[in-house]
Amino acid sequence: MKKRVGLFITCLADVMRPSIPMAAVELLEAGHFEVHVPMAQTCCGQPGYNSGDRRTTLALAEKFLDEFEGFDYVVAPSGSCMGTIRTHYPDVLKDQPDLLRRFAAIQPRLYELTDFLVNVAGLRQVTGQFEGEVTYHDSCSGLRELGIKHQPRQLLSLVPGLRLREMEQCEQCCGFGGTFAVKYGNVSAAIADDKCANIQATQARAVVLGDLGCMLQIEGRLRRQGDNTTQVLHIAEVLTGRH
Amino acid sequence: MQSQTMQFKARAGQKLADQRLQQNLKKLSTKFVTGRAAAIAALDGFEDIRDAAVRRRNLALNTLDVWLERFEAEAQRRGTTVLWAQTPQEAADLVVRIARKHGCTRAIKSKSMVSEEMGLNAALEAAAVQVTETDLGEYILQINGNEPPSHIIAPVVHKDKEEIADLFAKVHHTARKTDIPEMTREAREVLREKFLAADMGITGGNFIVAETGSVALVTNEGNEGMCTILPRVHVAVTGIEKVLPTLEDLAAVMRLLPRSATGQSISNYFSVLTGPRRSGDLDGPEHMYVVLLDGGRSSLVGGAFAEMLRCIRCGACMNHCPVYQKIGGHTYGWVYPGPMGSVLTPSYQGLESTQDLPQAATLCGQCQVVCPMKIPLPDLLRKLREQQFERGLRPGMERWALRIWGYAARHPWLYRPGARLASRVLRLLGGERRRVQHLPGASGWTAYRDLPVPSQTTFKQQFAQRAREKNPS
Repeated sequence: MKKRVGLFITCLADVMRPSIPMAAVELLEAGHFEVHVPMAQTCCGQPGYNSGDRRTTLALAEKFLDEFEGFDYVVAPSGSCMGTIRTHYPDVLKDQPDLLRRFAAIQPRLYELTDFLVNVAGLRQVTGQFEGEVTYHDSCSGLRELGIKHQPRQLLSLVPGLRLREMEQCEQCCGFGGTFAVKYGNVSAAIADDKCANIQATQARAVVLGDLGCMLQIEGRLRRQGDNTTQVLHIAEVLTGRH
Repeated sequence: MQSQTMQFKARAGQKLADQRLQQNLKKLSTKFVTGRAAAIAALDGFEDIRDAAVRRRNLALNTLDVWLERFEAEAQRRGTTVLWAQTPQEAADLVVRIARKHGCTRAIKSKSMVSEEMGLNAALEAAAVQVTETDLGEYILQINGNEPPSHIIAPVVHKDKEEIADLFAKVHHTARKTDIPEMTREAREVLREKFLAADMGITGGNFIVAETGSVALVTNEGNEGMCTILPRVHVAVTGIEKVLPTLEDLAAVMRLLPRSATGQSISNYFSVLTGPRRSGDLDGPEHMYVVLLDGGRSSLVGGAFAEMLRCIRCGACMNHCPVYQKIGGHTYGWVYPGPMGSVLTPSYQGLESTQDLPQAATLCGQCQVVCPMKIPLPDLLRKLREQQFERGLRPGMERWALRIWGYAARHPWLYRPGARLASRVLRLLGGERRRVQHLPGASGWTAYRDLPVPSQTTFKQQFAQRAREKNPS
């Protein structure tokens, strides 16, 4: 029997870039998983958590458990959303022994998409094709909270025609930081400028990454600077050719 | 030192526009970041060494009172006078009184961030004690109108050689020099007279060692030796959290401090000073004092921010911070900048006057990765944000936005149409260009970046449609 995967869409991708979760569905189904999308899901609570609103975050963590604990696996196409869930929910739930117990039961089955595709699904081939060079930006939460580093690179090596060209300081923050990007827009943009320069220096056709927040930051800054050619793509889009 | 954190936003804007500063700040990643990386890579078993050092620091801090009393007893047994200060002001007063007691009028000083907390130079000058900073960076700042340091180990990192050349020519009344060894020689000649004439030497204390009553000093320029050996009186000022039980503890943390700070396996100078000159000693001060400052530290013991006390002031967190790398240390407005400062300043100065510090971070997590003491800086910043939220300290607009988002996120019946509405509004604003360039309420975003418009339908709509097509019922 097929294992059941609950897809955590992420609130941003639902509205801003549906091609990302749609690509995730395709990749998971190709790995012979049965994909479920609980329609009442909203947000993991990260904006509240990082703004100091513990009560709302707690309510959303409980909501997540209600909606997702029945699946064999839960997968999100975002390191920062999954980082909030897998790494920070224990803190969010620390005064709620019952919820903490429920969370502990599901924690080992929570995955960021590329981690899941490599380490659970064992993906060997993909439908996407890409002619030319791309560079990969390591998003902070995925890298530092979940250890996402070799997984996306391994997956990109499966894409026919694609060559990876690493940029300088690929692990340096892009300056997004959630609400930081709005509260300190000028500082955030100055940090993004370094990232954009490092991307452009590779002369890659596209920068590929695994987090929509960073994508909006990098793409938004590139376009504002007048770079209309460097593509900014989610890795799921590249793996499925949905770009 | 007076906090000027209230001007954070205005200063950040000025610093970003300062092209020269932006160029100078690049030294952080080219020098300190790469230096640390090489030093850590060359150290076998870094993680084990780090874990062991963290354990030792925790053990010391868990029984801080015991080790401080032991330090006091051992130091006094060896002839050092130990004095305690609750506030930075009290600590400065103690140093002034020591100067008066011994009739000191000319002090030389090696680098100390605790003395910055105390505003020590101003206090001594007010008491007619002439103070000369002898660390080259601190000296440069002092002759530039007592400018505050912008970094805890590289105080003058925000300046370049050309600025310093101008300053030396102006203040020293000499021909302008731009050769660094020549500039250093010029400063050394000025300082030499001060060293020889001084009757009081003031230093910080990177650590104090309880079992021997010693003060440990980590420096690179040799000025510290002059400050602690030549004058009649040596005063070390440091924070109470710097106590280590044993010399072995000192060895353990010293494997990490220079590597994390400057990428050196050991600093050029490392002194462990125990007591004043004894009979038969060739040199050393006649009197040695250690002034131990609380200054808010004891309030952290056992609390949510206790881990901050492990900090050994290496500066790695700020060197690696994407925000610090862009705005420099002065923007933070008090003694300690960067991630560690953004936790310490609100803790010592109160949250009301330090609103921006916990917020002005991307929470990228690199500071925690490089911290030799494994201080969870992003978590501590988040805890400060929680306090700000709970005490209603954030602006009204922000609180309302958060409340509306929180309500919608908890109520899917409201959230789904809300998401669709937001999508429609963005598409409307984006127009034919399909990019939003001005979004009311989020100008912090659109002033600097475009926002792509969402697609016609949300993923949920697309997925539901797909399900209907797959299973027509």
